[in-house]
Amino acid sequence: MTATDEVLQRHGLTREEYQRILEMLGREPTITELGIFSVMWSEHCSYKSSRVHLKTLPTTGKRVLQGPGENAGAVDIGDGLAAVFKIESHNHPSFIEPYQGAATGVGGIIRDIFTMGARPIALLNSLRFGPLDDPIVRRTFAGVVAGIAGYGNSIGIPTVGGEIAFDESYTGNPLVNVFCLGISKADEIIKGVASGSGNAVYYVGAKTGRDGIHGATMASAEFDEKSAEKRPAVQVGDPFMEKLLLEACLEVMQTDALVGIQDMGAAGLTCSTCEMGSRGGAGVEIDVAMVPQRESGMTPYEIMLSESQERMLLVVKRGREAEVERIFDKWDLHAVHIGEVTADGRMRVKDHGAVVADIPTQALTDEAPLYKRPMAQPAYLADAQQLSLASLGAPPPASTVFRQLLASPGIASKRWVYRQYDHMVRTNTLVVPGMGAGVVRIKETRRALALSVDGNGRFVYLDPFLGAQLAVAEAARNVACAGGLPIGATNCLNFGNPERPEIMWQFARAVEGIGAACRALDIPITGGNVSLYNETDGKAILPTPVLGVVGLIEDASTVIRRTFRNDGDAVMLLGDGAEELGGSEYLKVVHGLVKGLPPKLDLAREAALQRVLVKGVATGLIRSAHDCAEGGFGVTLAESCFDTGLGAVVDVPAVEGAVASFADIATLFGESASRVVVSVDSARTAELEALATESDVPVDVIGRVGGSRIRIAIDGREVIDEPLADAERVWAGAIDHYFESRRAIA
Amino acid sequence: MKFAVVVFPGSNCDHDAYHAAKHVLGQDAVFVWHKETSLQGADAIILPGGFAHGDYLRTGAIARFSPIMPEVKRFADARGPVLGICNGFQVLLEAGLLPGAMLRNRSVKFQCEHVIVKVEHTDTPFTSACRPGQLLRIPIAHGEGNYYAEPAVVERLEKNRQVIFRYTTSEGAVTPEANPNGSVNNIAGLCSENRNVVGLMPHPERACELAVGSADGLAVLVSAVKSVTEGIFPAKAVAVAR
Repeated sequence: MTATDEVLQRHGLTREEYQRILEMLGREPTITELGIFSVMWSEHCSYKSSRVHLKTLPTTGKRVLQGPGENAGAVDIGDGLAAVFKIESHNHPSFIEPYQGAATGVGGIIRDIFTMGARPIALLNSLRFGPLDDPIVRRTFAGVVAGIAGYGNSIGIPTVGGEIAFDESYTGNPLVNVFCLGISKADEIIKGVASGSGNAVYYVGAKTGRDGIHGATMASAEFDEKSAEKRPAVQVGDPFMEKLLLEACLEVMQTDALVGIQDMGAAGLTCSTCEMGSRGGAGVEIDVAMVPQRESGMTPYEIMLSESQERMLLVVKRGREAEVERIFDKWDLHAVHIGEVTADGRMRVKDHGAVVADIPTQALTDEAPLYKRPMAQPAYLADAQQLSLASLGAPPPASTVFRQLLASPGIASKRWVYRQYDHMVRTNTLVVPGMGAGVVRIKETRRALALSVDGNGRFVYLDPFLGAQLAVAEAARNVACAGGLPIGATNCLNFGNPERPEIMWQFARAVEGIGAACRALDIPITGGNVSLYNETDGKAILPTPVLGVVGLIEDASTVIRRTFRNDGDAVMLLGDGAEELGGSEYLKVVHGLVKGLPPKLDLAREAALQRVLVKGVATGLIRSAHDCAEGGFGVTLAESCFDTGLGAVVDVPAVEGAVASFADIATLFGESASRVVVSVDSARTAELEALATESDVPVDVIGRVGGSRIRIAIDGREVIDEPLADAERVWAGAIDHYFESRRAIA
Repeated sequence: MKFAVVVFPGSNCDHDAYHAAKHVLGQDAVFVWHKETSLQGADAIILPGGFAHGDYLRTGAIARFSPIMPEVKRFADARGPVLGICNGFQVLLEAGLLPGAMLRNRSVKFQCEHVIVKVEHTDTPFTSACRPGQLLRIPIAHGEGNYYAEPAVVERLEKNRQVIFRYTTSEGAVTPEANPNGSVNNIAGLCSENRNVVGLMPHPERACELAVGSADGLAVLVSAVKSVTEGIFPAKAVAVAR
């Protein structure tokens, strides 16, 4: 067929890309082939804009068992076990249909993990929404949370942590990033390869329907007012089917009858077929007539592009088919033999025996287009980085700001959210959501894993290189606060339209920042996901790289939480601050500004701080640890008290460099990096002082745990004195308030 | 003694019940696939939490038709100890082994959190090691745990002392605020007329180790061991099952 401009546009292909297809095939493509190229060469599947940058990330290390390129990454955690993990976005579908979009996002990442032969044991999520006073945002927010809960709870994988932030830029483009971690035997990791000519190709799981056709190309375009019309491109999840697939696949993997396996996620049967063939250096031949179909009259084009959920593609050793079929049968799943592995390196699709597509697998994968897109420093940057505190007039009193920040949805308790997630199933959860990094124990070993997902879009907006470094540092610091040694990371890079040079610049600088921080902190990136075109009506989201970090805890019994434990313990501050209100929650909440420069980050200092934390927790010296992030020291101290019934009395030195009128605000609510509030036995403060000093980490005893108030003085002058119960009520009820009060009115 | 944990395809607390029985309590435990027809000579049966068949219809509605269920019924009729936790409780209701039904939570949301339940009576195989009135801090994790029965049925349950667990405040007071899901009379768990079949919405198996937040649930499983080994719950059940 000769493609008209209109046909190419509908397939998201440029005229140049079409020329390339003609050259690769040596003829014009069939409509099925055009569809296949369109999804495989979409940004979502090909990473055509991002790959040149991603290649610069550090991906190796002594613990890395599997780096990027497979369904998920894997690191060695000792005892012959591997942690298999990845983060993935489902942003675009979640805007169009919040519940199903988020639910299928959870389903997709779980499949990526068990496909590697690992049993999934923990989920986390990183979410971004517009402000909650917008009723449409509330609907999206409630729908996304319910969707995550509906899928994760049903399949029985606990959601043990996560983070949520709010900003106007996410109103029409929420972010739903889901992280999953599983455990497998280190030497039994399974790959998505098709090899061995003549081996059988099996299709297992849900039937193929017309849902999700062109989901991958949708995720590679901006939104506009017509986006609601794209609803048919969002799939519907069936967690029960996925539970059956999970158990059955893990059982099949116990045999050695399996050559390779891959889930049908984005680009469905197309992607799984050609990627497995490409990785194994083989070809795959299937007949779509054999594919179980939910609707009648589906064309090969539709079958190949459908993104119906809960489907897997397996390559089974010749002669072992009956054994595999028996296992799927036990789980009431129908495994259908739809084709064979071939030796010719081509993806051949037949329909009742007639060839409808015949493409070299490499053309769809390794030889997909690669763009070095033009970059330019954004025009907004110079102005946005200028912050003059003096021009803001006198700030409100510190105690007023304190309450305002505690009530800000970005800081307030997220209990309304995580109460809907089953965070305890599998009885491994040592630290539940809302208590710092999520921690799960590894049964039958002494070890545990601390998991955190973090990212601050404001910081990245103001300085992508530094902001991305801060995201790495914060996620790693959070796992270190629980006692975890950071051993691996995955990233989800959420940005706007890469065809705009300023967006591409943000992306490239952020990737450089991630690379620099990961190298300095010795944390390899083992995989991840890129989500571009996060724009609505031409306005991009805050650039939002989200880092998921895995920390290894040698002795699960030493794990600590962010909250104080004993009346009378000493409160100590590791690290020191400066006037760094740029990009802070304070500026956003009180002045409505996203301005200034993000806090500085000394990576050597950060690494030293994390070593002190890991050692201090492992030896039982540190009894609680909570890092200073959004809302700064003041909020961190309050959160260390919440849920404990214990107040605190502290006295901290004023930070230097602030204009006089902002000295208190900068001290309490500035967001300087590499600072952690810890509590220790009051008789052992000298031990922590010695440990920190020896690592060149500033340390200070600032007060003690106890009483029923939160009292903060700066250089001896009391600036906050709030009853703990009052402060906690403000913080605990802020998000509920957006839903409960409105329901009462309705 | 030997626990049998029945595994429906969508069970997801099966491993947790097995872990608590086998590794925490040190008892023998086996998984019994729902398509099997033998309870493998177990002394007590646990129907675990989860979403037995996805629960897109009513929770537990399809599980009652599983091939293992006639065996579970026979075992229960012979006064063998049967414990249904969460979805397992819902299955017992659907199978007619306990009266009543579950509605959606009053909040219309899934809720996962620790609650306090009071042990009302200790003459069941799953409360025999508890003190009357003992308060247990154990988690709930359900979307449909709002117990309902006709007023006459509730009256009969109360009169027969079949309400075994009730949601209370941390002081043991039965108040509307202490009721997480809207259950009638704050009912968290019931027993059969013969007292050997017990169902409850909270998860005792998730509260068997302090490391995961509470060990109060251990009392429920320890009770089963006590009841079976001391012969409080009759051996004839075991004979039938074997």
